Amino acid sequence: MTTRAEYCVIACAEAWRGGGEILASPMGLIPSVGARLARLTFAPDLLLTDGEATLVRPDGTAEGWLPYRQHLELVTGGRRHVMMGASQIDRYGNQNISCIGDWARPVRQLLGVRGAPVNTLNNPTSYWVPRHSRRVFVERVDMVCGVGYDRAAGARHHRIPRVVSDLGVFDFATPDHAMRLASVHPGVTVEEVREATGFALVVADDVPCTREPTAAELRLIREVLDPGNTRAREVPL
Amino acid sequence: MSDKTMTAEEAVSRLESGMTLGIGGWGSRRKPMALVRALLRSGVTDLTVVSYGGPDVGMLAAAGRIRKLVAAFATLDSIPLEPHYRAARERGAFELMEVDEAMFLWGLRAAANRLPFLPVRAGIGSDVMRVNPSLRTVTSPYDDGETFVAMPALRLDAALVHVNRADRLGNGQYLGPDPYFDDLFCAAADTAYLSCERIVDTAELTKAAPPQTLLIKRHVVTGVVEVPGGAHFTSCAPDYGRDEAFQKRYASTPWAEFAARYLAGDEAAYRAAVEEDA
Repeated sequence: MTTRAEYCVIACAEAWRGGGEILASPMGLIPSVGARLARLTFAPDLLLTDGEATLVRPDGTAEGWLPYRQHLELVTGGRRHVMMGASQIDRYGNQNISCIGDWARPVRQLLGVRGAPVNTLNNPTSYWVPRHSRRVFVERVDMVCGVGYDRAAGARHHRIPRVVSDLGVFDFATPDHAMRLASVHPGVTVEEVREATGFALVVADDVPCTREPTAAELRLIREVLDPGNTRAREVPL
Repeated sequence: MSDKTMTAEEAVSRLESGMTLGIGGWGSRRKPMALVRALLRSGVTDLTVVSYGGPDVGMLAAAGRIRKLVAAFATLDSIPLEPHYRAARERGAFELMEVDEAMFLWGLRAAANRLPFLPVRAGIGSDVMRVNPSLRTVTSPYDDGETFVAMPALRLDAALVHVNRADRLGNGQYLGPDPYFDDLFCAAADTAYLSCERIVDTAELTKAAPPQTLLIKRHVVTGVVEVPGGAHFTSCAPDYGRDEAFQKRYASTPWAEFAARYLAGDEAAYRAAVEEDA
């Protein structure tokens, strides 16, 4: 039986479908498995790093050098699709990883803006949320790090292809770019998603299920990419 | 040719309270920790710190030495959130100029190139503009007409960096996978203090390594400090990896207790305490 974590891997992998010869930058465990799955199956031209300064093939063979200074140049060159985390995200895709509460004196200091501003203005940026809740999917984020559609006027390279959570897949394919429920993972109801979201989602009458993995994909996930089942630590279902 | 070797204490004795200080490395990677420890033993305070933040920022914040921080993040890498930085922020201990990683880099580049600013396509639309009301934008004079952030130069009074090898003149060499931005920190600063794992003869630098590992050129270096283990507990590949066990102790020990145990004496006392507790 396919686990929820495995549907999440599939949903993350799909972010890079059709991306071509670009750098896949997954942040977090399940997006990393997803990016490598895409690279081994339907997106063979993707570039991947070892998480530090080396571009590597799936077998670990080094094929290039990408220190931070060049990575930042690759970001602004646009040939990259990053999947970042989000401590908060709102209906237009504004994302926060900096702090919770008033920025001047935060209740909870988090990472800082990191590269979210440069990412969102320069290359496709998707998000991964392992625990979908009203604390993450909020009406307004406390600090806009990643730029959402309502603040991206004139940003010619801005695009948020998808948000993947442990409950489903979301996109912004609506007239005003408000977040839409694109698919629910099998076993999840639309009501459950609505309940766990702090704003009104756009929901079609018929919401499809996230697709099933192929037998070959399941084998790759379980035997090659994540034999230790670390994915279950991020999404335990 | 002048010999620039000095001790960490001598390097720190040239720093003054109120300075703008750039610190090299990245997160918990190749940070000039021995120089930071020497700084903590000194009375230098009221600093504006410019850093891709790691435990350097955490320790200086915990010790109350930072008046203002310029950063895009602070992290211990294997421990995502820097606990002392976090606590300092939550008690409003210092002023913060929070910018994006690329804005930060462009700011260093502007300083190294003696430019007042560089245009950067990052920050527009984000709250980086809200929390930094002094930031200005600039519009392209060409047909595209795009608006950019005019990232101001991050000019530094002094820079502290740590590399694998150096000669006595200040030529610095990195041997790990990533140079980070240590050359830029030095070029953006009026004075730069370079610590290294080992000082070698100039000819020795390129005996086993190619010339492109010679990251830092002597004309931007004021002082050279030999201090083996000088990046501890951050990583300094290929000489050593991060001391994860010690980093955990740093992250989980109350600051006063940590400082009393590890920072009360000199660098040798620090090494001895680290070994004793390992």
